[in-house]
Amino acid sequence: MCREANFELGQDVVEAFQSALKKETSETGKDILEQLILNADIARSERVPMCQDTGVSVFIVEVGQDCHIAGGSIYDAINEGVKKGYEEGYLRHSIVDHPITREKSKGYNTPSIIHIELVPGDELVIHMSAKGGGSENMSALKMLKPADGLEGIKDYILSIVAQAGPNACPPLVVGVGIGGNFERCAYLAKKSLFRPIGHRSDRPEISELETELMEKINQLGIGPQGMGGNTTALDVKIEIEPCHIAALPVAVNLNCHASRHKEVRI
Amino acid sequence: MPALHITNPISEQDLLKLRAGDRVLLNGTIYTARDAAHKRMAESLQKGEALPFDIAGQTIYYVGPTPAKPGQVIGSAGPTTSGRMDKYTPALLDLGLKGMIGKGYRSEEVIESMKKNQAVYFAAIGGSGALIAKSIKSMEVMAYGDLGPEAIYKLTIKDFPAVVIIDSEGNDWYKIGKQQFQEQTRNVEKFSSRISE
Repeated sequence: MCREANFELGQDVVEAFQSALKKETSETGKDILEQLILNADIARSERVPMCQDTGVSVFIVEVGQDCHIAGGSIYDAINEGVKKGYEEGYLRHSIVDHPITREKSKGYNTPSIIHIELVPGDELVIHMSAKGGGSENMSALKMLKPADGLEGIKDYILSIVAQAGPNACPPLVVGVGIGGNFERCAYLAKKSLFRPIGHRSDRPEISELETELMEKINQLGIGPQGMGGNTTALDVKIEIEPCHIAALPVAVNLNCHASRHKEVRI
Repeated sequence: MPALHITNPISEQDLLKLRAGDRVLLNGTIYTARDAAHKRMAESLQKGEALPFDIAGQTIYYVGPTPAKPGQVIGSAGPTTSGRMDKYTPALLDLGLKGMIGKGYRSEEVIESMKKNQAVYFAAIGGSGALIAKSIKSMEVMAYGDLGPEAIYKLTIKDFPAVVIIDSEGNDWYKIGKQQFQEQTRNVEKFSSRISE
């Protein structure tokens, strides 16, 4: 799963590159998109990672409440799998155990970030993402005031994308969480990135907002790799949840163009 | 405009003619270094020790490659975000560093130091590590081997694609390139200030 995620760029992303290539008017931008398509081809055919930052493995595991996990801890099982996949697949070990002393972790590219959601049914669905550090570093969260309203939300999202510029490796997939509380909002932004490119929100008003923001972001001029152009985002995804009467949390989780996601259903 | 062929170490003549926005194919010898190697170099300089290689005239590539598979020269090897090296960079430029390859913004301090010391900053395409690896022909450990992917490696490169982002006069392609395509009329720099604190 980890290897596939790093070697095989999803068809949704490749198609997004191709359709961006048709619309892009910057010569450098076109050149970059072509090289990214070529890069994905090389990675797939030669079984090498598309990017040297093979990421932190982030999991969202949907556990059916009628499903019974036997034989040990699911956290350990996932980390074992990641360790094996990364080490044997010649993927990079990019985890430090201690954020301050920067001591390297002993388990190859683990521990992973694992979110578990309890859902109805008896299935176990494991969603995995190899999340790069550059785009994660440019992500942000702000507790807006309810009075900032929809305009404040749009301005905040655009300002984060504008600040990130070339650093987050555009063209980006922009994941947004609105509502919940401080930590839930960040999780919503991350979760939104697990939706395939082109997949709009089921809520009509949110789907409309996604489309509007996509257009506005692409008018910022940042372009592929920040070198100018009209392809700054491949997609914008928004997840919302109820929140406190005094609150309007907004989180923007940026994903570089190497939007690497895989899913296993058991 | 076709890409310019530039050999590393970069000659003064080439360095002065490069302009922000130029597409280049880099050749010759470059050195890798990212966060941990920069920190160690800075510590050496603080102690008055020599750097593990003579940096004068050289080019540094900010990269931490994936492990090479059997038969490969190097694993995937695209650029990492340069801004994290900004704190350490002016001291290296003062010692004669002439070229840097990475991705993303540089600080005002770095740009000022680049102008003072006549240096150039290139960006490679972030996330195209499999493609870039094809232009790396040899790799040997120069220093800090214990850092693994973060060690300093000496690389021989052939037709390594990059774009000049900041030239020796301090022109910044991230600003210039964007302006041509900016249709969004609202002032994005002021967006954050509109939101109540």
